[in-house]
Amino acid sequence: MFPYIPNTLQDEEVMLKSIGVSSIQDLFSDIPSDVKLDRDLNINPSMSELEVQKQMKTLANKNKSTEELVCFLGAGVYDHYIPSVIKHIISRSEFYTAYTPYQPEISQGTLQAVFEYQTLICNLTCMDVANASMYDGATACAEAAFMAAESTKRKSILVSKTVHPEIRKVLYTYTKFKGIELVEVDEKDGVTDIVKLKELVSDKTAGVIVQNPNFFGIIEDMEEVEEITHKNKALLIMSVDPISLAILKTPGEIKADIVVGEGQSLGNHMNFGGPYLGFMATTTKLMRKIPGRIVGQTVDVDGKRAFVLTLQAREQHIRREKATSNICSNQSLNALTAAIYLTTMGKQGLKEVAYQSMQKAHYAFREISKLEKFKPAFDKPFFKEFVIKGEQSSSTINDKLLESNIIGGYDVGIDYSGHKNTLLFCVTEKRTKAEIDQLITVMEGIK
Amino acid sequence: MKDYNKLIFEISKEGRIGYKLPPCDVDNIDIREMIPENLLSKNDISLPEVSEVDVIRHFTLLSNKNYGVDTGFYPLGSCTMKYNPKINEDMASIPAFSEVHPYQNEKTVQGSLQLMYELSEKLAEVCGMDQVSLQPTAGAHGELTGLMIIKAFHEKNGDLNRKKIIVPDSAHGTNPASANVVGYDIVEIKSNDKGGVDLDILKSVLNGEIAGLMLTNPNTLGLFDENIKEISNLVHEAGGLVYYDGANLNAIMGKTRPGDMGFDVVHMNLHKTFSTPHGGGGPGSGPVGVKKELIPYLPVPMIEKIEDRYILNYGKPLSIGKIKSFYGNFGILVRAYTYILSMGAEGLKKASEMAVLNANYMKSKLKDYYYLPIDKVCKHEFVLGGLEQGLSEVTTLDIAKRLLDYGYHPPTIYFPLIVDNAIMIEPTETESLETMDAFIEAMISISKEARENPKLLKMAPYNTIVRRLDEVRAARTPILKYTKTI
Repeated sequence: MFPYIPNTLQDEEVMLKSIGVSSIQDLFSDIPSDVKLDRDLNINPSMSELEVQKQMKTLANKNKSTEELVCFLGAGVYDHYIPSVIKHIISRSEFYTAYTPYQPEISQGTLQAVFEYQTLICNLTCMDVANASMYDGATACAEAAFMAAESTKRKSILVSKTVHPEIRKVLYTYTKFKGIELVEVDEKDGVTDIVKLKELVSDKTAGVIVQNPNFFGIIEDMEEVEEITHKNKALLIMSVDPISLAILKTPGEIKADIVVGEGQSLGNHMNFGGPYLGFMATTTKLMRKIPGRIVGQTVDVDGKRAFVLTLQAREQHIRREKATSNICSNQSLNALTAAIYLTTMGKQGLKEVAYQSMQKAHYAFREISKLEKFKPAFDKPFFKEFVIKGEQSSSTINDKLLESNIIGGYDVGIDYSGHKNTLLFCVTEKRTKAEIDQLITVMEGIK
Repeated sequence: MKDYNKLIFEISKEGRIGYKLPPCDVDNIDIREMIPENLLSKNDISLPEVSEVDVIRHFTLLSNKNYGVDTGFYPLGSCTMKYNPKINEDMASIPAFSEVHPYQNEKTVQGSLQLMYELSEKLAEVCGMDQVSLQPTAGAHGELTGLMIIKAFHEKNGDLNRKKIIVPDSAHGTNPASANVVGYDIVEIKSNDKGGVDLDILKSVLNGEIAGLMLTNPNTLGLFDENIKEISNLVHEAGGLVYYDGANLNAIMGKTRPGDMGFDVVHMNLHKTFSTPHGGGGPGSGPVGVKKELIPYLPVPMIEKIEDRYILNYGKPLSIGKIKSFYGNFGILVRAYTYILSMGAEGLKKASEMAVLNANYMKSKLKDYYYLPIDKVCKHEFVLGGLEQGLSEVTTLDIAKRLLDYGYHPPTIYFPLIVDNAIMIEPTETESLETMDAFIEAMISISKEARENPKLLKMAPYNTIVRRLDEVRAARTPILKYTKTI
């Protein structure tokens, strides 16, 4: 017997009789013998809960988590503080064991939470419309590229090389198969090369993708990018760090057309890469072009305010092959997480997270810059991440740091051949002065 | 508290906080010394100001307005709403799994890599494939990945004329949509009277332009296509590949395998077959398995084992590339791995057997009250065609809405498209005879109401937190966010 399967042998008999067959095997008689599996599956035997727990702990013990190690690694995934309330709310099984809210009468919890999420994303980005979330920041960016191509009827996308390498790789895969051209705009001194951008942009350009703060943590000056993009009637697509929007000029203020980003830092655990959520927001003008689920407000027959999935005429289950995106879900529980995070931290909290991260990152930057063997790779304003050039290989430095239980920075040279021996460090509000000082001490001692 | 109808923004009050951080312990410098003024926002962010108690009450009351598998029976056809074991949740939140950065040194993530490596091996065995990538985030994402692999394979072989994908008219809407996103044209073929592939029609569309066929087996009517071997052979002979939509894998574990049926590419839905929760619409996970000749095209990185060490290998020149950031929805993978450990080979097979038994039982009980278009042994689900003829006033939608009053989540309705007024029922193996009997009673009772008092059904539901919604209004004059200033 299995705890998740309630049928007793007696129940089976009752059911077989009602069906009018004599054995379970009769129910599989439609599977031709040449495709039938005539052996047991070669996987583990069934285990009890105690045995499973033991095996899983053994496996987990082979990891070293950021509870044991001090994390100065960011590069798109951030070790921000996660309020306790989040776990308690998303563990409510009315939320996590529900399906997509197709039956609004019994799904108002999910639907209202997503409506609130959409509002919070709009408020954060200063945009008009947000969808219910997408797989992650990178796929959201690829969907934004498709959306730009569809809206402008053009087939070329420009992406700055200061955009996260993972995002560019995903963009490359998606656009290659869809038959959209993807052109990279060079980086200069850590930011998008405006001269190159001017050269490359044309009346074939559907969209220009820029990340802010960019992969190096640097805040891009978006004014010229916006001007160049819109002058060519292309769409400006921005990929942003949601935490930074508590301080930095918002995509709405910059006049971006589509905004995407990785929402992990809004209360989601790092989880070795997922599940996260990609957020996407746009203008009223492009509202009906946005892919993915959207929740709207309406009323029921009694006139009571209620929420429902809407604008479905855009989607795959209606349009099938004519749909511009094949997405049929969102990252609902992660969107709920983001909504709880933004609500709990609130207006003051998000600003404090951004402000403390920035102060601590700048403190770490100043202290590392004083070290003889390390110097800043760029001289540009940054948010919570910065790039440092060393004399030794990045892996040597990171190995030394790991010996002192410190997770060092991201090895920038992996993706940027012109930036060998450089490390991208991240400092969030969770790091203390003592931890930063320890990082400096260990770095100073590296021979 | 049924009447709670506040948005979080409506309970916000200036000056309230729901968090507390330690004071900033480094020297603070003026923000303008760090960042030039023109890069800073001129506006104050507009977020709610609420206490921790407000947050908990608000979202708890919202959760009370939701219906999940833990609330009750959820016979949503094609979605496999089985019970989500609680140990899975506990294992996924072990800090040594959840508090790990994806770019950490490989030495420090050997447990995660081993889990992923072993999970992909187990999944490959269940579906009879040679290798599995765990990266796709959802079923539709798996389709996209699988079709990219098919396209890359043909391109590598210089087979550049293959620009079309065959999709049956019974397919999930994501199938044609995914094919389109990958740049394929779609050839839709009509199903035969059993909802299966019509061999003559298939033969007539197979030619050198066909890249492949996408198929679900058992199909969306819950029926196993007995011609499956011939179908895959025909496609292969024409130079195409066969793609398996794993939405219905819960019917066949340990009984037959897509790989043995001749499929070349498979996606599985861990959130269906392998018990991970649906989360109200995600996160899910849609791993893709392939046969040997397609392994080089799987997305990077692949997890490999060298002696007793696990590594992430990006060095795959023929790979389709990256299809998402990092390596997959790891937290979901932990849950699926835990489930497979708990169930084992024997348990997975038992799950499929009981899923099929339950579906056939419910069918046997309901076919006298509802129209059953095809009366033959089904697999894990079956499709009814609404009420018997002559009761056209009451629609499938009315029946579904009335079920809400009886306390159930309704079955999938109006899908597949090839059955008029479709009601698609999938009980799964985790429901008891008593639960099913109670649901059957409700369905029978509704069929009587339809005859005796059809008006009652037209206005249902009555007992829910909100009643039928004005969906036209929602789409015509969209209100997609709360617009008042907080």
